[in-house]
Amino acid sequence: MSTDILLDVQNVTRRFGGLVANSDVSVEVRRGEILGLIGPNGAGKSTLFNLIAGAFPPNEGSIRFEGQDIARLSGPARCRLGIARTFQVPRSFDSMSVLDNVMVGAFAKEPGSAAARRVAYETLAFCGLQQRAPAPAGELTPPEKRRLEVARALATKPKLLLLDEVMTGLTPSEARLGVELVRKVRDQGVTVVMVEHVMEIVMPLVDRAVVLNLGKVLAEGKPRDVVRDDAVITAYLGERHRAA
Amino acid sequence: MTDEALNLPPAFGMLPRRRNQLLVAAAVFAAIAVSPFAIKDVYLQNVLVLTLLYAAVSQSWNILGGYCGQISLGHALYFGIGAYATSVLFVTYGIVPWGGMLVGGILSAAIALLLGYPCFRLKGHYFSIATIVIAEIGLLLVHNWDFVGGALGIQWPFGSDSWATLQFARDKVPYIHLALALLAITWFVTFLIEGSRWGYWWRAVKDNPEAAESLGVEIFHSKMAAAAVSAFFTAIGGAFYASFLAYIDPESVMSFRFSLLFALPAVLGGIGTLWGPVVGAAILIPLTEITRSYLGGSGSGIDLIIYGGLIMLVALAKPEGILSLFQGKRQKAEGRS
Repeated sequence: MSTDILLDVQNVTRRFGGLVANSDVSVEVRRGEILGLIGPNGAGKSTLFNLIAGAFPPNEGSIRFEGQDIARLSGPARCRLGIARTFQVPRSFDSMSVLDNVMVGAFAKEPGSAAARRVAYETLAFCGLQQRAPAPAGELTPPEKRRLEVARALATKPKLLLLDEVMTGLTPSEARLGVELVRKVRDQGVTVVMVEHVMEIVMPLVDRAVVLNLGKVLAEGKPRDVVRDDAVITAYLGERHRAA
Repeated sequence: MTDEALNLPPAFGMLPRRRNQLLVAAAVFAAIAVSPFAIKDVYLQNVLVLTLLYAAVSQSWNILGGYCGQISLGHALYFGIGAYATSVLFVTYGIVPWGGMLVGGILSAAIALLLGYPCFRLKGHYFSIATIVIAEIGLLLVHNWDFVGGALGIQWPFGSDSWATLQFARDKVPYIHLALALLAITWFVTFLIEGSRWGYWWRAVKDNPEAAESLGVEIFHSKMAAAAVSAFFTAIGGAFYASFLAYIDPESVMSFRFSLLFALPAVLGGIGTLWGPVVGAAILIPLTEITRSYLGGSGSGIDLIIYGGLIMLVALAKPEGILSLFQGKRQKAEGRS
């Protein structure tokens, strides 16, 4: 296997009762890229995302991270290996300050409080949240909470950052700032996989896109090729619009 | 907010807030240490001993219940283990209570780990109910276990006042200092935990376990560690209580009432805070003793009615506890510093 593949998902299937959420899905993530995981609602994006993050194991298939099979590893173990994630609905630690939230992430790699605090401050500054460091996390605005999710995940010093719909619900100007942040993260050498259904935001940002539909990989490639793909247009807009 | 507030704190030293906490603690504990010079009344000294003891044990409870968010209503079990281990070792084998304290603490921590293994698979209320049931089973076992005195309990032998046997019949002041030392130690341990990686992990587990897991926090290990530390210090409190009473029976150290009395001060004062259990105990315990002495035998149960009323008041007005009344001020002060 070539070393520039950071994450290798092979023939993964995940069932919930009778529902096959992911069916024989294979995705490769290359080191240093921004990969978009897109698809209409119910396509299986979140399931694939959660399989990679370690929320639950796959029924079949393998997930290799830097060559190591991680399909059966717990979430915390994957975090220590260098996989960090955000949540679609922000899950901040609301009884703690913004800084303390990020410190929890920093403790994944830094056992000492002083060192973890320094990492947390640096990460908050990187994400443009340093002014909010002493505020209780519960008082943040929704876009700030999204940033906090990213900051907390980055504080674990990941090699792979998984972003779950971080742009959803943002105003266009907020989304622009979000896009800038994601680019900055990648420039730090962190590989990014992002789930989005807002095509206009994702397409200019990602290097490659994987389109899922009904639990299967529908198309894969450069964003501009993917949006012209007939199957993708059908999946998004329905049969009727194909001729148009 | 001023620009100064954005400056990084001295990352290598202690945070100003933490330093202030230590100074306040030193002042408060020093004041209590010299209080026997002012408080000569034996009844008041007795109330002070109990207040300090409950503050200490409630602080121990707070480590698991407040910081890690696992609400145990069975801590009477660990309290009883401490009391019984100390009493049995002293009365039957002649081992000084200091040894019994340590043995009781370690035994309690071990049992907490053993019980935590199945119980921490339960969440929220189900966990709390399991702790009640287990503590009640423990109470029944001790009731029917002749080796530890069964329902009759264990009477400590009368002897001269001594720091070795922790018996002070004439003068209660040493008990004040012992209970104070216990509170100071549990407070300081909690203080250290709060500033450490474990403290952050435990609070993260309490606030949002899924998010904590995604940040590398092992939830099960965190809960087990919190339970062991919490049980250890609760048992030390039980050991002290046994030496203070010099007589124990199952009901006097292991009844459900104790489990409540360990949780309530923390809930009342401020759950998951350094001073919550101390403030809560300083209100609850004197109140209990006053209602008991003024209402006499007919007042049994009145104190529980008062607890219930207080808790409802706190739950309605300030769910974070009495300390949260001062929180707003403190945060503003921090922003300025």
